[in-house]
Amino acid sequence: MNGQTLRLIVNRLGVALLTLLAVSVVVFAITSLLPGDAAQALLGQESTPELLAALRQKFGLDQPAYLRYVHWLGGLLAGNPGNALANGLPVAQLIGSRLPNSLVLAAAAAAVSVPVALTIGITSAMARGSLYDRVVNVATVWVVSVPEFLIATVAVLVFAVKLRWLSALSRIDDIATFGDFVRAYAMPVMTLCCVIVAQMARMTRAAVIDQLTSSYVEMARLKGVRPVRMVLTHALPNAVGPIANAVALSLAYLIGGVIIVESIFNYPGIASLMVDSVTMRDMPVVQACAMLFCAAYLVLLTTADVIAILSNPRLRK
Amino acid sequence: MNPSLSEVRRKPRRRVPLAGLVGAFIVVFWLVMAVAGPWLAAHDAGGVASDAVFAPMSAQYPLGTDYLGRDMLSRILNGAPYTIGVALAAVLVASVGGTTLAMFAAAAGGWFDAIVSRVVDTMLSIPHKLLALIIVAAFGSSVPFLILTAGIGYMPGAFRIARALAVNVQAMDYVQAARARGEGLLYITCREMLPNMLRPVLADFGLRFLFIVLLLSGLSFLGLGVQPPAADWGSLVRENIIGLSEGAPAVIVPAIAIATLTIGVNMAIDGFAGRKRRGNGV
Repeated sequence: MNGQTLRLIVNRLGVALLTLLAVSVVVFAITSLLPGDAAQALLGQESTPELLAALRQKFGLDQPAYLRYVHWLGGLLAGNPGNALANGLPVAQLIGSRLPNSLVLAAAAAAVSVPVALTIGITSAMARGSLYDRVVNVATVWVVSVPEFLIATVAVLVFAVKLRWLSALSRIDDIATFGDFVRAYAMPVMTLCCVIVAQMARMTRAAVIDQLTSSYVEMARLKGVRPVRMVLTHALPNAVGPIANAVALSLAYLIGGVIIVESIFNYPGIASLMVDSVTMRDMPVVQACAMLFCAAYLVLLTTADVIAILSNPRLRK
Repeated sequence: MNPSLSEVRRKPRRRVPLAGLVGAFIVVFWLVMAVAGPWLAAHDAGGVASDAVFAPMSAQYPLGTDYLGRDMLSRILNGAPYTIGVALAAVLVASVGGTTLAMFAAAAGGWFDAIVSRVVDTMLSIPHKLLALIIVAAFGSSVPFLILTAGIGYMPGAFRIARALAVNVQAMDYVQAARARGEGLLYITCREMLPNMLRPVLADFGLRFLFIVLLLSGLSFLGLGVQPPAADWGSLVRENIIGLSEGAPAVIVPAIAIATLTIGVNMAIDGFAGRKRRGNGV
């Protein structure tokens, strides 16, 4: 790594941090734009002007918006984003108890989808124009353009209702063996994978084809290199950057998918916590969950960019 | 590998493939249903028609009945204006707003362009579903707010694409000539730039419509979109989800209706606009 690469990467990380700060402003602005506030929500019908004023002072809601923002941001950074309105529990505790579940789900989905997607993407690029390639092409477009809950309901219908192999809700409390783990996670992971695999396979295929149509590959072909060797030793090393970029970007789409999947399978993760809190308008929880998701999203997008910088041969020494 | 040039020259007018026509037919069908659906429905939206809940498909109830014994076909026809109409309104907000902003940003340049572009970059680093959840948490989910939510959520992507096009177009000689003539900003954007970037913008419009349909039905599925008694197709899946264990058609049919719409849009775009820019959900 030389100085130029390092500068680019540091630059990119700086931009990411600034973006996260800007995102926090947007999240805070949207969630505290309305005149109705936490004090009003808490008191409901019983509110009198005096009670309201007292409670507002207690929560610090009588301060101007920018002070509340600074206070809120400070709390987030210190790991103390306040208390939930619904049950008064600390938000950090609520999130802490569910975060591991979501991470396990995401890790399982990534562990299954990355190898499958790369295999499909690379093989369909090698067999470009064949029946296999066209089937993959159509199938991935269709999967991307149907709602996640259709995939999930079809999966439940087939595997839980008709075949009776799996249970429709994933109970993760009593997992003792690896078999239990597979049974509990099979359907959520399968649904999540469908979406990301389609996304990732398309991008991988495009990246490999990009290399296969370049002139150095044509040169290798003219020299008589066999197709498999050509892909593995000539095209793939140069496609690693774009492919890794595609993987990171596709994993970022996990965040959208996980919101639906956790709700449909009643999975106790962060996304279902957030959806419940949106229903109850429990703003402190919504804000904290939103920032957590945005941070994860930005980390993945930034990783994709950093990989793209690192894999650029012009910047290598 | 690539089609030889002579072949392309011989056929200057590319024929629309069959899949594209089928897609266009499906889209037109659903657009007609969005207007005429509620009139065609045999039973009114809330009317309980049968004693049998989650009845299978039959001659009397072609798509079965729902969890209250209501005719599913009528429910879907009555839901079409919500699913399609709301998404159409939202995509108009997103595309018209995004394209207009992009043309003015590209033509005006300077600090206006810089500020709008930074704001758009920030918005793009919030996933669409997440932004929608935050807005719904703050403002609730009445239909106007749903339109604004989806419209604002997808405007930055439309802006990005239209700006890239506009920056290219405004460097063209005829735009420079119009500038030299001293034409105003409005004339340059509407008469010189817009006609020359319309095709890709329209293709993007279709793709954006598809993403918005998916977003809104996802919200309704979570119970955060169109509120009862009104119901779009996402809400229909949600309210009948308990019928899943019986394998009732009421759960799966609305989801399939959404899939035919989105896949139809996809096939139409492929057929008419070529296979460029595809599905990154920007």
